[in-house]
Amino acid sequence: MEISRRKFLKSISAASGASLVSKSQFAHGAERFTGWPERFGILTDITRCVGCRSCEAACNEINKLPAPKIPFEDQSVFEKIRRTDAQIYTVVNRYPNPKPGGPAVYVKKQCMHCDEPACASACLVKAFKKTQEGPVIYNKDVCIGCRYCMTACPFYVPAYEYDEPFKPEVKKCTMCFERISKDGIPACVEACPMEAMTFGKRSDLIRVARKRVIEQPDIYIDHIYGEHEIGGTSWLYISGVPFEKIGFRMDLGTTPYAELTKGFLGAVPLVLILWPAFLIGVYMFTRRRQEMVETEAENFEIEEDQQ
Amino acid sequence: MTGYIEKKHTFRSWVIEKLFMGKTIKEYLKGLITPFNFVAALILLVGVPVSVYRFTQGIGPSTNLSDNNPWGLWIGFDVLAGVALAAGGFVMGTAVYLFGLKEYHPTVRPAVLTGFLGYFFVVVGLCFDLGRPWRLPYPMFVSVGVTSVLLLVGWHVALYLATQFVEFCPALFEWLGLKNFRKWVIKLTVGATIFGAILSTLHQSALGALFLLTPGKLHPLWYSSFLPVFFLISAIVAGISMVIFESMLSHRVFGNRINHQGVDFDKLTLGLGKAAAIGLFAYFALKWVGVAHDNRWDLLNTPLGHWFLVEVFIFVFFPCLLFTWAVRKSNAALVRFASIITVIGIIINRINVAIVGLNWNLEDRYFPHWMEFAVTITIITVGVLTFRWIVNRMPVLYEHPEYKEIDQ
Ligand code: SF4
Ligand code: SF4
Repeated sequence: MEISRRKFLKSISAASGASLVSKSQFAHGAERFTGWPERFGILTDITRCVGCRSCEAACNEINKLPAPKIPFEDQSVFEKIRRTDAQIYTVVNRYPNPKPGGPAVYVKKQCMHCDEPACASACLVKAFKKTQEGPVIYNKDVCIGCRYCMTACPFYVPAYEYDEPFKPEVKKCTMCFERISKDGIPACVEACPMEAMTFGKRSDLIRVARKRVIEQPDIYIDHIYGEHEIGGTSWLYISGVPFEKIGFRMDLGTTPYAELTKGFLGAVPLVLILWPAFLIGVYMFTRRRQEMVETEAENFEIEEDQQ
Repeated sequence: MTGYIEKKHTFRSWVIEKLFMGKTIKEYLKGLITPFNFVAALILLVGVPVSVYRFTQGIGPSTNLSDNNPWGLWIGFDVLAGVALAAGGFVMGTAVYLFGLKEYHPTVRPAVLTGFLGYFFVVVGLCFDLGRPWRLPYPMFVSVGVTSVLLLVGWHVALYLATQFVEFCPALFEWLGLKNFRKWVIKLTVGATIFGAILSTLHQSALGALFLLTPGKLHPLWYSSFLPVFFLISAIVAGISMVIFESMLSHRVFGNRINHQGVDFDKLTLGLGKAAAIGLFAYFALKWVGVAHDNRWDLLNTPLGHWFLVEVFIFVFFPCLLFTWAVRKSNAALVRFASIITVIGIIINRINVAIVGLNWNLEDRYFPHWMEFAVTITIITVGVLTFRWIVNRMPVLYEHPEYKEIDQ
């Protein structure tokens, strides 16, 4: 069962509506952040992917991850839909083609490198950071291991080293931050024999994607996944079959997750100022009332004495 | 030389009087052999090794948590339910010191003690769940993530723990006979109560706000933009219910230690019941506003929808009626019964939000590992033992004879 997109949007507007005051305060205070202008991204063209898993192998190697349980050449891995985990930062899944007789569809999955990441807005020690270059990177030196980032990520991406008792870390794709900050390109993009992935400035990629979609409407459906989803992501997808048929969530809306808690956090200063004032007021009032009751009782006694 | 012996002697008698409740060590140890202690010892016999296992082998082998389900029993019950049930301290403190409901004064100290211990053991439970618990101070001092609701929770729980300690200090100092300290710390009471009320309002609702980030994951009947308000109101009701429940237990267990002269506990219970009824009704009504708001009536007729109805009708509406009825009939026993149902209901609610309703659309569902249960039960047991240890020694359920007049 899925929440329809409209309803979902509605629930988001409700969330911010819960504290109108703080909302308007934000609207005046700060322009909404629309992302670093020069950020990079990756465009995955699902129609080109053949499921060879070269990208998985390259990722495994570059990140020095342990050898996989099922070898990269083994097709039996596609029998189950997999997710990323602490030792696999990217997975390719196979979905049956919704068009009868069409070839199977292979979808690579990894961190979407959101423009306003849920993981980063959740983290209480700023372990996640959206870099100017585009990747969302993680700092293991401050992480306390609360795993709120994992609860928050709508794409079920971050994974945890549960079996590590002393130095567990959150693990996910880094978009090869080290390589791209030295003018390199991500290992998976480089490894792909089909050029299913394109690395570049996100703004350019959107143009490339749009061109393909518009010029070949018989091949592509008219949607660039990640252009607007939850406020935009650095990783973009175009596809020949509807996204909801191949494991993509279409109910996430276009509001960045960070906005969902802004209303609440914006109300905090208000509570901090108004609540004490109110409580002190109540306290003074009850004290005064008690004093009045007491003096009245005294007066009453005095009167009685006089009589 | 004689002075030394005297000192040693007084220290010994101090230990005997304060720690062994005036018994000799032999008597004291003998007194420890009770069925309750036997059960507690059995629990610890399992719980302590399991705890060692958790901290040496990691979270993986000792829990059923996974990448899809990163939060489980320790967050859902130990932290979320724990904090809600410990709200009694703030509720009673506010009622008595700020709203001037003086007749409830006898309930304040036990409520504050439960609050303090409750929060303390919430933090202990959290340490089991955190991957690197020794980094607990990081969010405060090392790297501050200001966009995080969880940061707010962390700060507030820490500050609130300190506040509750201050509020409990008078009892501690009376026990230790430190009159001057007591005089000083009692002056802080009103300030601490106000501070505690603000912190509680914010972090109780913040715990609900944590789940604002899970719209696509939490079942729509539980996900609502009102989550912060739900959590706050239900915590207030939970706090009141715990105070009722606890004063009943205290009377059964520590009957001999309670001597508030002239206090009609049944009358207090009825008054609290009235407050609980009003709170529950508001909560019940708001729950439906939440459902109407997201317009997901269709989901009510699904298995999880039925479970939602059980939560809302049997554990919110039903005790609300019971409270109302009991107050009208001046039936304190019924109020106590209703408070138990309410407490269970709030626990169910927190578990529904954090476990049952979360990731409801995944195939990969979570059920706690037996070791998770073992740790939770152990923490509760240690909490109860600590509560008993303190109540048996310090003036919590009774007023210290030497200080009776001072505050009046
Ligand atoms: S996909 Fe998930 S982990 Fe990646 S940036 Fe977005 S929220 Fe963070
Ligand atoms: S697990 Fe680490 S990175 Fe994730 S939210 Fe907690 S502290 Fe931040």
